[in-house]
This record gives sequence, structure tokens and C-alpha cells, in this order.
Amino acid sequence: MMSDWEVVIGLEIHAQLNTRSKIFSGASTRFGAEPNSQACAIDLGFPGVLPAVNQAVYPKAVAFGLGIGASISHVSAFDRKNYFYPDLPKGYQITQMDRPIVVGGSVEIPLEDGTSREIRITRAHLEEDAGKSLHEDFHGSSGIDLNRAGTPLLEIVSEPDLRSASEAVAYARYIHQLIRYLDVSDGEMAEGSMRCDANVSLRRVGSSELGTRTETKNVNSFRFLERAIDHEISRQRGILESGGVIRQETRLYDPDRDETRPMRSKETAMDYRYFPEPDLLPVEIDDAFIEAVRNSMPELPREKAARFEAQYSIAAADARTLSTDPLLADYFESVAALCGDPAMSVNWVRVELLARLRRDGIEVPALPVSPEQLGALLKRIKDQTISGKVAKDILDALWRGETASVDDYIKIHSLTQVSDASSLEPLVDRIIAGNPKQAEQYRAGKTKLLGFFVGQVMKESGGKANPQQVNEIVRSRLG
Amino acid sequence: MTYAETVAGQISDLAAGKYSSEELTRHYLQRIEALKTLNCYITVTSESALAAARRADSARAAGHSLPLLGVPIAHKDIFCTRNELTTAGSRMLYNFAPPYDAMVVDKLEKAGAVMLGKTNMDEFAMGSSNENSFYGPVRNPWDVTRVPGGSSGGSAAAVAAGLCAAATGTDTGGSIRQPAALCGITGLKPTYGRVSRWGMIAFASSLDQAGPMTQTAMDAALMLGIMAGVDPRDSTSIDSPVPDYVSSLETPVSGMTIGICEDFMAEGLDTASEVRIADAIRVFESLGATIKPIRLPHVRYSVPAYYVIAPAEASANLSRYDGVRFGYRCKDPASLEDLYKRSRSEGIGPEVQRRIMVGAFTLSAGFYDAYYRKAQQVRRLISNDFKSAFDQVDFLVGPTSPQPAFRLGEKSDDQVSMYLQDIYTIGASLAGLPALSMPVGLAAGLPVGLQLIGRHLDEARLLGAAHQFQSRTHWHEARPELEIS
Repeated sequence: MMSDWEVVIGLEIHAQLNTRSKIFSGASTRFGAEPNSQACAIDLGFPGVLPAVNQAVYPKAVAFGLGIGASISHVSAFDRKNYFYPDLPKGYQITQMDRPIVVGGSVEIPLEDGTSREIRITRAHLEEDAGKSLHEDFHGSSGIDLNRAGTPLLEIVSEPDLRSASEAVAYARYIHQLIRYLDVSDGEMAEGSMRCDANVSLRRVGSSELGTRTETKNVNSFRFLERAIDHEISRQRGILESGGVIRQETRLYDPDRDETRPMRSKETAMDYRYFPEPDLLPVEIDDAFIEAVRNSMPELPREKAARFEAQYSIAAADARTLSTDPLLADYFESVAALCGDPAMSVNWVRVELLARLRRDGIEVPALPVSPEQLGALLKRIKDQTISGKVAKDILDALWRGETASVDDYIKIHSLTQVSDASSLEPLVDRIIAGNPKQAEQYRAGKTKLLGFFVGQVMKESGGKANPQQVNEIVRSRLG
Repeated sequence: MTYAETVAGQISDLAAGKYSSEELTRHYLQRIEALKTLNCYITVTSESALAAARRADSARAAGHSLPLLGVPIAHKDIFCTRNELTTAGSRMLYNFAPPYDAMVVDKLEKAGAVMLGKTNMDEFAMGSSNENSFYGPVRNPWDVTRVPGGSSGGSAAAVAAGLCAAATGTDTGGSIRQPAALCGITGLKPTYGRVSRWGMIAFASSLDQAGPMTQTAMDAALMLGIMAGVDPRDSTSIDSPVPDYVSSLETPVSGMTIGICEDFMAEGLDTASEVRIADAIRVFESLGATIKPIRLPHVRYSVPAYYVIAPAEASANLSRYDGVRFGYRCKDPASLEDLYKRSRSEGIGPEVQRRIMVGAFTLSAGFYDAYYRKAQQVRRLISNDFKSAFDQVDFLVGPTSPQPAFRLGEKSDDQVSMYLQDIYTIGASLAGLPALSMPVGLAAGLPVGLQLIGRHLDEARLLGAAHQFQSRTHWHEARPELEIS
């Protein structure tokens, strides 16, 4: 009885900041290097070394805070979170417990039914990532890769405002989009640049008290997030409906088995013994710094979508889709400016380009067709040099790597649309003569057959005939 | 050949060509060997010391000049030295040779100093007697049955016994000043942040501070001038110009107001020491200073506050010694937990374990407010006491330790009595203020130390006052009689 229960979800999102070096050392943050090749004495927690904050993390944290309408702490501070684990070299993580750099804020997430909902954000704070334990291939031992240790993280904590797995995913997608927009993080989830912990609990509908929650850790794709939460909801519902109680615990999602299970290690009643990090001074951020960040911030997705809707008179849904990715949005704007037809540009970018991207499994930055090429192509549809059908063929050629300009390509392959009556009339006549039965029916009033004749002519012309022109000629010949 | 004993004397002798750095270094290496029963050094770097001395001699021959060119010094074994064993007095680091130098080591090397070796210390700087070293206790050169103080006991004893011209030390709650007092030398704990902590193995990060241990205030001024300065790798180092400490040594004391901290002259202070302290204060009076009694009402809470804050920070700082990446690792660990537990239990000594446990306890959920937070509040009150005092006086004087050097083993079973060794020194540590100890006489043949506490970053005034005192007295020249084997 799903309707008896209300689902309450809060997300903790860890976003790796895309700085070149680590948060407390000069070691590189590049992904995919040989294990332990990017860990210096500071990352390794050697005796006598000290952390020094990489100043590049501050504008990124502040930009995120401004992007969610949060307040930026004029004074924030680092704390030590103590626990033993081999991938945590110092035996403590430097994080911000009591005084986070970003406090409050909210985001408006689009829902499937076309409406939107405000999700409040509690805080976002700076901290260092841990290394990785490698449990395979070591014959009874574990390997430790400390390349990731010390990578800067912004941990973004939401209020428990989410009410379903799909809302949680919509929220996570929004944050993902925002951190990429603001150049805070590359958001590469497959590389662990953005990871989600989901706090899930159930309560009776109408109850104002929160139920006991579980935390499902380290989910690194939107699909897994949805499945992990759905799985956890049905698990908890099963327990509650059979009269059981939920144990507050940390769980791990196993995508292979599509289930969550309790984590074995380090999580039994942890006392992290937080205290202020004595090696670092409090972080002071003044208004001038905040204003400088604000002035250098790009247009945010929400603002961009609103502008697209107004400036280009396009549908809200189209505007939102185009704004999800700043590169795609820029692409669209270039094409629209080049061809002078925003409506046509929306259609081609949204439908033709995105379909091809999906088909080939590539991302926007790897688009094989430049906005200049697509703009030139659309310009030739608009001035009726080529038909839409031909344009799609040319797009395919460009997609495959055709290097000739659109105009040269049209010339070389004689793809110019045929619009003059003297060439089209004989062709129309030949088609009518070849289909006497249909001609008879048309004349008898079955005017729907117009499309049939136009289609035949287009086919015969190899797509080059101007369909509007053909329309008129067919109508006058049969009229 | 007679060698000058002080850094200043050696600088001028070396410049005048009276002897070479190599000869001087050889002299010290021989003396270290002859007096090795004092156990001042954990590691003697003979070969690299002689090589450095020869380099210094050639540099001088080539016309180069550096402030400490060719002067042989020692480093407390808490300072990381590139590719040289750095143990912090612990079994845990019995095999640790760091791939980097501490900032202090680097600066002194660049100033031309020759490193003779690494001095013994209480494990991870935790102790007041040097009996907590895995490498055995250091003996006090004034009486080898007695302790040299701690934790920088190896450095203090080495300077007192003439086993180096000067040494570095670190002070968290008194670890430079108390051994300086017990060994009859001059030791300065600078303002917190005056000297970079980079490469200095951490005990309690908000208190640890490096400083010079020397025979004279002049030598301390020479050393501090090189050691001090901001360091981008230590965020807590102070970005303030380093004054010329040597030139300000001649500033007269006359006209200054010196505070006598009455709270430090209370019961518990050894009577003979009290007499020496009173004599020293009269010397300052004769130099034209005005004496004014001062109360520091909260300073009596400094020992309990310190023994909450320092162990708390230590409990985190020492978590990295887990047997995973460097240092001691237990044999055949059965599991990760076994590796942690046995490596730490076997690698870390009892006093350090005690402090880790105290620290972990005071930080734990439910106790944090009662201990750690309260201790930080007390720390602020103590700091304010000093601030008000310095509205009235230029610096404070008082005893450095409650009594002269005690016997080895005398306090080993009485932790509280041992902790009370630091009763006079911890206040300045908690307030982050500069403080200096210098010898002001003997009591039953053992040195007595006077402590001078100054304003934030006012090391120059402390060194100046000590130098003025040493220009009128000879206590700093008193040397223990040692039987050379």
C-alpha cells in the first residue's frame, strides 16, 4: 500500500572541484594516472608535513553558493574528522564541520509533469577526498591508491525535501548541470567526480515526524541513484509493513545485484571526534571577493532558459533542454545567429543533433559538426536552395567527416533544389500519366492524394524538387 | 688548540682563520664520542658533517661568506632531515629517513651551519625528563645521575656539555625552557608562528614552536635571526618582518618595567631556586629597571587546560603512525585491525599512549564541551591575563621550573608531579608568547633558570634583556666538570 507511506529523501552530493592541484598540496589531480604517482608527502600523511589551502578552491565554492542563492560565510573554518582507514593517510579528514563556507540556498528542479519544485540546500562545505582501497588482485591483501587523496571536494547537503527516487534524480541532475555550468567540477560521474549519498526514510502520510533513515553511500550514476533509492524504499516498506523497525545504518548499493546492503567496515557507531584543524587559519572571504566571483559567473541554466524563451520565442520545454548543457546552449545560439531562424535551429539542434549524439554515444564537446557548418546548412534550407530532405543527407555527410563547405558540397553533388516550373512541369505530368487511377480518384474529390503525387515527384527528382512548387503544379494540373 | 665555545666566538675565529670548520667539527665529533654516555645524540652524522665542514672551508677560501658558515650545530631529532634518520625519540620511526628537510634545517644549512647530528628527546616531545625516549635517557652533564629536563633534553645537554655550539629545540609546554634551565643554558621559545613548523614532527599543532638553545643570548639572537620568518607551507607562520635581533641586544634595560608574576613565586618553588631568582631580579634593578608585582589570575589553570588541549591535538597528529606507509610495522599482522593495534602498541611508548588516550577521550562525543571547549575558554582567559599584564610591564620574569634537575627515575611513577614541571612555562605556551630561560646561578651545584616572558613578537626585547644581564654576570659561562673517558 504505497499510498500509506511518504518517502523522505535528502542527498549529500560530493563534487570534486576541477582544480589542477589538490586542496592541501601541490600534487596533480589528473584522473587515471598510475596508482600512487600523484601523491606527495602531504597526501601521504608523512611526519612533519603541513597542509596549505589551494586558493583556487575558494572562487569555486563561492560561485556554487551564489548559484544556489546561498549565503557565503565571511569566516569559515576547517575541522579534523578522525577515523582510521588505510585510504585516509593522516587518520583524519580535513573538512568543515561547524563553519561551512556555503550556508542555505535552494534550487528549483523541473518535474516530469512540467511543473517544478523548490529543494532547499542546508550547506556546502570544502573537504579533502580520501584515497581508494583496491580489493582485487592482491591475493589476500588490499592495495591502496592515494592519487585521489587530497582532491578537493565540495559536499552539498540537501534538506530532506525530496519525495521520490525520480525527484532525487532530477535534483542530482540539476546540481550536476550547475557545477558544470559554473566550472566548479567536470561532473564526470563515471570517474567519481560526482558521487551521491542518499538518506532515505519512510513515514506515515500525514505524520510530521521523520522516520529512521538509512544512508546509501557512493552512488555514481543517475540510473543507479534511482534504482538504489527505489530498492531502499521497497526494502524499508517491507520491513515497516511487517511490523519491523528500520535500523539506522550506512548501506552500499551493489549495481550488479541491484540491491543495497549494510556496509561491513568502519561504520559501527563512529565517533569522529571533530575538533578545529590547528594547522589552518580560519578562511576569511570579504564582500569584494564575493562580488568579483559574482561578476565573473556565467549565466545560469534557469536564467538562460528564460532568456531563450523570451529572446527566440521558443517553447519552454525546448529552452530548458537546450540550457541543460552550456556547450549545447552556445551551439544553438551560434546556429540561430548564422541562419537567422531560431525555430528551425531549435528543431535541428534538439532533434537531429541530439538523436545522432545518442545514436553514436558521444558527448556535446565531441560533436563532429560545427555550429558554422550547421548554420550554413540551415541558411540554405531557409533560402530554399535545398530541401529539408537533402539537408539531412548533407548533415550525415558532415557528421561522417565531409570537409567541403556546405555550399561547395551542394554544388559538387548538384543538390540545388529545382524550383523553376519549366523543369518541374514535365516531371509532374509524367507522374500523373503514370498513375491514372489515383488521378481519377483525386479529381473525384479525394484530395488527400495530393501528398501521394508530391511524394512521387520528390522521389523522382532525387529530393531536389522544391516541394512547395511541386504542390502548386500538381494542384493546377489536376484541378 | 682552544676553540671558542659560543657561536659568536666561532664565527669570528673562523673568519679570522684561527682554525678551520673541519678542525672544529672534528673536535666536536671526538668530544661527542668521548661523552657518549651522556646519550645526547640519537644519530651522529659524522661523514656528512665533515663533508659539510670542508665545503664551508672551501667556500670561505673562495671568498664566500654566510652568517653561520662552518659553525657546527645539532638538531633535535624532531626536525626532518633529508635522507637522515629522524626518529622523534620513538620506536615508531626507528627507520624513518624523510625525503625532505624541515624549514628550520633548510634555513640553517643555507646559512652555512654544519649539522653534527640529531639530538635525543622524549618520544614525540612528550615529557619533561627525557626518560621517555626509546633510545634511552639523556644524562645531565652537571650530574649524570640526574635528568636534563625535556623534551629537548638532548639539545640542552649537548650545548651544556660542549657537544655542539648551538642546537635547535622545540617547545610545546616548556620543552625548550625547562631543559635549558636544568642544564644551565639559554633557550628561547619564540612567539607561536615566528618560526615555520614545516618538517617539524607535530605534537600539539597550536602550541609547537621551534627555537634556539645556546650558551648565550647573543647566540640565540644569531640563531633566531636565521630560523624566523613566514613560510607559505606553514599557514600558521606569521608574516611579519624579522628584526635584526643582534643589533637590538644593546638596548638598555633602564627605564623598562619588569613584572614579577606573584603566581609563579608561590609555594612549590624550591627555596634555593627562589633565592637565585630574587638575586637575578636585583641585577635587573641595578640595571635601572623598575620592578612591579603582577597577578595572572587564571594562570593556575594552565596545567589542566594544557593537558586537555595538547593531548587532544596529539591524538589526531599521531594517528598517521599506523604501520601502513612508513615506520614500525608489527610482524605478521592477521588483519587490518591487528596491524593497527599491534604496530601502535609496540611502536609507541607508554607516556605517548597515555596522552593519545586522554586526547581521544576529551574529544569524544559527550565530553567535548566539558573538556576541550572549556580548556579553549581557559586558554583565552590566560591570554587575556597576559594582555592586561603587558599594559603595565615590558616583560615578566619568574622561575622556569619548580626546582633544579631531579634524579633519573625520581618522578617516573608520579605523572602529576612530572606534569607540574611545566607549571611556569605552560602559560606562555597557551598564550603563544615568546619566553626565554637563562641561567641565573647554582643551587647545590645545579643550574637555576630564570624565565622571561614577552609581548607577542617581542623576542628582541627578551634577547636584549638577557644579553644585558649576561653582560653583567657570569652564570652563563659556568660549565659542568666532565670526566672525559
